[in-house]
Amino acid sequence: MSGAADREAVFPTRQSLGLMKAKLKGAETGHSLLKRKSEALTKRFREITRRIDEAKRKMGRVMQIASLSLAEVTYAVGGNISFQIQESARSARFRLRTKQENVSGVLLPAFESYQTEGNNDFAMTGLGKGGQQVQRCRETYARAVEALVELASLQTAFVILDEVIKVVNRRVNAIEHVIIPRTENTIKYINSELDELDREEFYRLKKVAAKKQRDTAVQDAEMKAKREAKAAAALDQENQEPEAEDATAGPTDLLAAEEDEDVIF
Amino acid sequence: MASQADYKDRQFLAVIGDEDSVTGLLLAGIGHVTAPPDSQKNFLVVDGKTDNATIEEAFERFTTERKDVGIVLINQHVADRIRHRVDTYTAAFPTVLEIPSKDHPYDPEKDSVLRRVRRLFGE
Repeated sequence: MSGAADREAVFPTRQSLGLMKAKLKGAETGHSLLKRKSEALTKRFREITRRIDEAKRKMGRVMQIASLSLAEVTYAVGGNISFQIQESARSARFRLRTKQENVSGVLLPAFESYQTEGNNDFAMTGLGKGGQQVQRCRETYARAVEALVELASLQTAFVILDEVIKVVNRRVNAIEHVIIPRTENTIKYINSELDELDREEFYRLKKVAAKKQRDTAVQDAEMKAKREAKAAAALDQENQEPEAEDATAGPTDLLAAEEDEDVIF
Repeated sequence: MASQADYKDRQFLAVIGDEDSVTGLLLAGIGHVTAPPDSQKNFLVVDGKTDNATIEEAFERFTTERKDVGIVLINQHVADRIRHRVDTYTAAFPTVLEIPSKDHPYDPEKDSVLRRVRRLFGE
């Protein structure tokens, strides 16, 4: 599309004008809807970022407490238990479940932690001594992991929302700065072309009317001339007629008392 | 966008970290070893002798290869060693979470997600 006005390649007809108007209306509705969606998402996004900030700080504290309790275990057991724990890990007791949350048409996953019953890989850990500390440490760490899971779901929501907001904003801007101006330009173009056609048509009609008028005037003049000629002729005749009547006045009265000489019987 | 099938069966956590962090998290019960033939662990202990290639490989395995890992926990000082990989990782699943370790206090400035948060708010 060359030229200053960026518009769509359409023929300037009334039909395409209607189409363009419908398109403009659609674009405006879509724009306002998308804008609202973007606003709702941004609101949610800000809330999530705030919560992430808080959760990260909380995580720092929780992990500190958890490390401390692990140190307690090491002290109580009186040796390093990490090797034993690493070797005895078999099946996860702490698992995740994902559920979804719908924010203005965007599905945000949320992790949820749950503990499976009845499998304990570390039954023997701390059997000799420090069992109580081990138990406490496990509980502390379980709480820490719960906090981590919560943070992870916030973070996932953050990443997804970030992406979706970018896409939505891009669409809003595309509609606002490309589609709507272009459609408006097209409508303007079609209108100007239609006006031009209208003017042309009007001029043509005027021309035709003028020509017709001229023709009728000529015809009228002719007719008038003819009629006048006729009237003149009629007048002439009328002037002649009385003499003719005089000439033919004979057969009027047969019973008149005029003597008819030719009657033989 | 992540599809539903993408995260439906992600039910494990994975951890890359120093000995203490891994031990603690395993005690909480996140450890899982897959069935014997390949018996993959979902945790990696990093110490001074572990080289970066190993960490990177484990990170790669947890984030892209395994489809049952929902969250990857990684110690911040370990994440620092493969920072370029962590920073370029932007997928939603699995979530990569940087956690503090006992010897290295937590620094929010280094966290890839928190940095994005800060950048978005223009701080």
